[in-house]
This record gives sequence, structure tokens and C-alpha cells, in this order.
Amino acid sequence: MSHLRKTTNDPTDDGDRTQGLDAHLVVDHGTFRLDVTLTAAPGDVVALLGPNGAGKTTALRALAGLVPLTTGHLRLDGTALDRTPPESRPVGVVFQDYLLFPHLTALDNVAFGPRCHGASKAEARTQAAAWLDRMGLADHAGAKPRRLSGGQAQRVALARALATRPRLLLLDEPLAALDARTRLEVRSQLRRHLAEFEAVAILVTHDPLDAMVLADRLVVIEDGHIVQEGTPADIARRPRTAYIAQLVGLNLYRGQADGHTVRLDAGPAITTTEDLSGPVFVAFPPSAVTLHRDRPTGSSARNLWHCEVSGLETHGDQIRADLTGELPLAADLTAVAAAELNLRPGAPIWATVKAAQTHAYPA
Amino acid sequence: MTSPADKPGAAAEALRGRPRRRRLGSGMRRGVPLPLLVPALLGLAFLIVPLIALIVRTPWHSLPEQLASPEVWQALQLSLLCATAATAVSLVLGVPLAWLLARTDFPGRGLVRALVTLPLVLPPVVGGVALLMALGRNGIVGKWLDAWFGVTLPFTTAGVVVAEAFVAMPFLVISVEGTLRAADPRYEEAATTLGASRFTAFRRVTLPLIAPGIAAGAVLAWARALGEFGATITFAGNFPGRTQTMPLAVYLALQSDPEAAIALSLVLLTVSIAVLAALRDRWMTAS
Repeated sequence: MSHLRKTTNDPTDDGDRTQGLDAHLVVDHGTFRLDVTLTAAPGDVVALLGPNGAGKTTALRALAGLVPLTTGHLRLDGTALDRTPPESRPVGVVFQDYLLFPHLTALDNVAFGPRCHGASKAEARTQAAAWLDRMGLADHAGAKPRRLSGGQAQRVALARALATRPRLLLLDEPLAALDARTRLEVRSQLRRHLAEFEAVAILVTHDPLDAMVLADRLVVIEDGHIVQEGTPADIARRPRTAYIAQLVGLNLYRGQADGHTVRLDAGPAITTTEDLSGPVFVAFPPSAVTLHRDRPTGSSARNLWHCEVSGLETHGDQIRADLTGELPLAADLTAVAAAELNLRPGAPIWATVKAAQTHAYPA
Repeated sequence: MTSPADKPGAAAEALRGRPRRRRLGSGMRRGVPLPLLVPALLGLAFLIVPLIALIVRTPWHSLPEQLASPEVWQALQLSLLCATAATAVSLVLGVPLAWLLARTDFPGRGLVRALVTLPLVLPPVVGGVALLMALGRNGIVGKWLDAWFGVTLPFTTAGVVVAEAFVAMPFLVISVEGTLRAADPRYEEAATTLGASRFTAFRRVTLPLIAPGIAAGAVLAWARALGEFGATITFAGNFPGRTQTMPLAVYLALQSDPEAAIALSLVLLTVSIAVLAALRDRWMTAS
């Protein structure tokens, strides 16, 4: 993973190499083993993305010191933290359901950290008030958490975590507890606050949109291991596992390329525009699929498969058809088109995809 | 802890649930079978009739006089003082013990928990004898207390507190442990990530969160201490003004002056009803 060890903006200072996060987290939990390597420079926002039970939250808890490492190492700004108890780590955590202390006001919640770090009561409150002000919550300083909306509680939780001036900020599903409308607003605010944050931020999410909007770099974890990492754009264009392909909404296949033809491990061949050889992935979006009731004759598409409809669901203002047969795939079409084609589960159907709309890349 | 977003849903559910529950209730009343109803009513009578009898036989005309007697006042004061002190001891020792049982994992935790609950089922007289063996002048600990500090506990007011605390503390520990188990331990984790030591997290976060449970446990323990008889008379004796608490005074008075015994009993009954009312409030707010 050395290619991910970004040097900071100042290339002259060799000492900067030790700034930021350098972690190899191994946690055994029964039969489950988490084994991930994470590096990040100050200012980076990294998203840990993965399905439920993949080990994202365990990784976060290990970084915070709430779960001990079985083996591996954890260094932050050059200091080993493996054996440091959580209260002594310069780490701030925004928990999934925020865990604001219900008996304290928003102000005292935020002042809690500075108080624990030795500030006097008045000092801590002054700092807390400044943080709430920055989050646009000055009017809610005296409110107990139960009187805050989801979005406000999220910002108080962020202020509380930032008030200890952490060198590593951890966010566990920061938007999961919010309804769709609040989420949109809070996401853009959170993005702004994360952009201002000068140390390393790591967020855990199962929502690809949150990950792509908030993070500079995604690390996808499945079953305790990193399966892919890179920029959001790279991962969206070149998914390497079925899970990621599904997240970013692509049909993904693995096969052997020989020139413009990719012979799939199981099933037919796909014609692509790329000229490759060896093991490759081929991806195309469901919107690239055209469906026909009868075998098309005049179609210029080289990729033609005979399939059967296995399921239909609405997907925004589109219909998403799941097809089985020669090639299992997902196709998007309008409601009108679906009606005209008389789509229903079990119906036979022809699917075509233009070579220009597929994307092949080395596996 | 429900998030604010959950609340409207919960309220709506409660509203929806109410008519259904009422229907269910009336259905149940119609359908109570006789083999259940008869013993149930007998049981109810069995519990209530003695209390009614106590009130019926109370010598209301001489009551003010009875209650004004210095012996009654002495016993009442001593009872309140000792029960309160025993509750304080139970709080200081019992809350940390409850935390240990609820929040840590150590070998033999199940056994420790069983030992803590033992005084709940142990006959109090046996508790008193056990206390004598431990803290008596020749007890395995009392011997050293006497030799090193000149402290003797049996047959003193402090001994009453010890006997009452021994019997009452398990109530507090069990109550607080239950509340702790129900409380979300992740608040303590959140506090730790903010720089709080485990003790600070306990003091500033957990303690305020479980305060209702502690209060309920304290009231229970206090009530138990107030009524304590067997362990007290065995370990502390029955000296008016020093170790004679209300229950001991009631028992003694019954042999010489039944009217006084009834008057004293009425005072204890009143206190019990007050405790019950207080508990009901606490439990309503705690749950």
C-alpha cells in the first residue's frame, strides 16, 4: 500500500513522512479477522466503505482504542498508539447515533472534552460556545439533546469530537441516523467541516454516495479485508467486486480478454472497445442495456443475449429489470418502455449493449 | 434512549395501541375462570385484612398520647437515623459493587453475584449470628478492630447500622446493577474518547444516567433497613435509646402494652405507604 502513503504538501521536509496515520489493524473476533492497512496524510478524508459485518466499525473502534489490536501497529504523527488507552489518544469520535450525554446541555456536551483535558469549567464553556457558534448552533447551547433535531444533534456530536482538537477524527455512519431531506443538508455541511479539518479524518459508511461526496479516498472492506481502494471516481468507474459494482450501479463481469473480445468465466463473450489481453473486468451501466421483445435484426449492437425477466422494481423514475439467462444483468428502462415490452417476471427478452458503452480494465 | 426522530412514531403507536388495549382488557374481565378468580380474591383479602385490622383496632383517642411518649420518639428517631446511615453505607459500598458486577468481567463473577444476593434469602437472625462471628469482640475481624482501634460494634448504635446495612445492601446492589445493565455502556465509551478516565466517565456520565435507579434502590434499601428485626436484635441487642429500633420496640410493647404496639405499628405502616408512593414515582420516571 505504499502508493497510498501520500506525502504532505510540503515536499522539502522529510519529517512530514511520519505525519498522519500509519496503521496496520489486525483484530481477531471469534472466527472473524479484520486485517487492514490504512495510511493517510493530514488533511485527508478517507471513507471505509463496506457491507454490514465487513469490519468497518471494528476498524474504527480499534483506531479509537475501544478494541485492542490482536497484532499490527498504529502510529499517528509518528507516535505509536497501540498501547495507549482511548482517553489518552488524540482521537475524536462521532458515533453513529451520536451518543450525546442526555443529562447535559449541548454546551456541556461539547465542553466535556476540554474539561477532561484539564481546562477550567469557564474555559471549557468558552471553547464549547465557540465550537457551537462555528456549527451555527449558538442558539441551541442550552438545549438538552432530546430537544435537538437529528441534524443539530449530528453537529453537536461533531463539535464535541472536534473540541478536543484531535489529530484523528473518526466518524461512524455520520449520516445514517438522519432522514433523507436532513441528510442532504447535513452532508454538505459535514463536507465543509471535513474540508476545514487539518488532521486525518476517517469515516465509516455503507452508503456510496456519502463516501463519494465526503471523502477524497475510498477504502472498500469486505469480510475484514481491503478489496479495493482509490479515488471515488476511480472506484465508480472500475469496480473490482460484485459488491462495489452493485453500490455504484454497474453490471460487472470477469473474464479473459483477447483483443476486443472478453470471454466471461461463466457464460458468453462481450465485445468491448478496449484492446486488452489476459484477465479483465468488464462493466456497463444498466442504462446502457436496450431490451427487445423479438430478436433484433437491424441492430448495430454486437452484444446480444437472450434472457428472461426475473424481477422488476422501480428505481427513481425508471424501472430496473433484473434478467437471468445467457448473461445475468440489470437493465434500466422507462415505465412506458416497460409497458410496451409487456415486461413481467418470466417473460423472455433480448438484451443488447453497444460495445462503446462497455468499459474493460485489467483485473 | 430514543432519538428525537423516534418520538412522533412512538407517540402515534401509543395512540393506536390504546383502544386495542382497552378492548383486550374488557375481554379479559369477562373471561376470568372461577378456579382463578376465587383464590385470587382470597389472596387479596389475606394481604389486606390484617392491615385493615390494624387500622380498625388503632386506639385513635389515645394515639396522640402514645406517640408523644419519649420511648416512642426515641425508637423512631433511632430507627430513622440508623436506616438512613445504613442506606448511606449501602450507597457508598453498593453502587461501586453494582458497577463491578455489571461492567466488568472477572473469573467467578457469577459466584460473587450469588454471594451478594445471599443476604436477600438468608434468615436475618442467621445474618446476625454471622455478623457476631465476624465483627463480634472475638470475631475473626472484630478481634482486630478491638485490638487495633478499640472499636467494638456489637450492642452499639453503630452495630445497628452494620446489621441493617448487611441486610439492606443487596437490595440496592441488585437494583443498581439492573439499571446499569439497561443503561447503554457506549456512553462511557463516548466519554473515554473525549479524554475521560474510566472513573471520570462513571462519575460524570454513568452516575447521572442511572440516578433514578440508584434512588429507587436506595428507597428499597432504606425501607428494608427500617423494618429490620432479626439481624439487629441478634447483633446489636435491644437497649432503649441505643439499639432499640421501632420494630424491636413494637415487639417488646406487644408483651406489656398492646395499645402502644399498635400505635407504633401504625407509624411504620404510614412510613411504608409513603415509601411505596415514592418508589412508584421513581419507577415511573426511571422506566
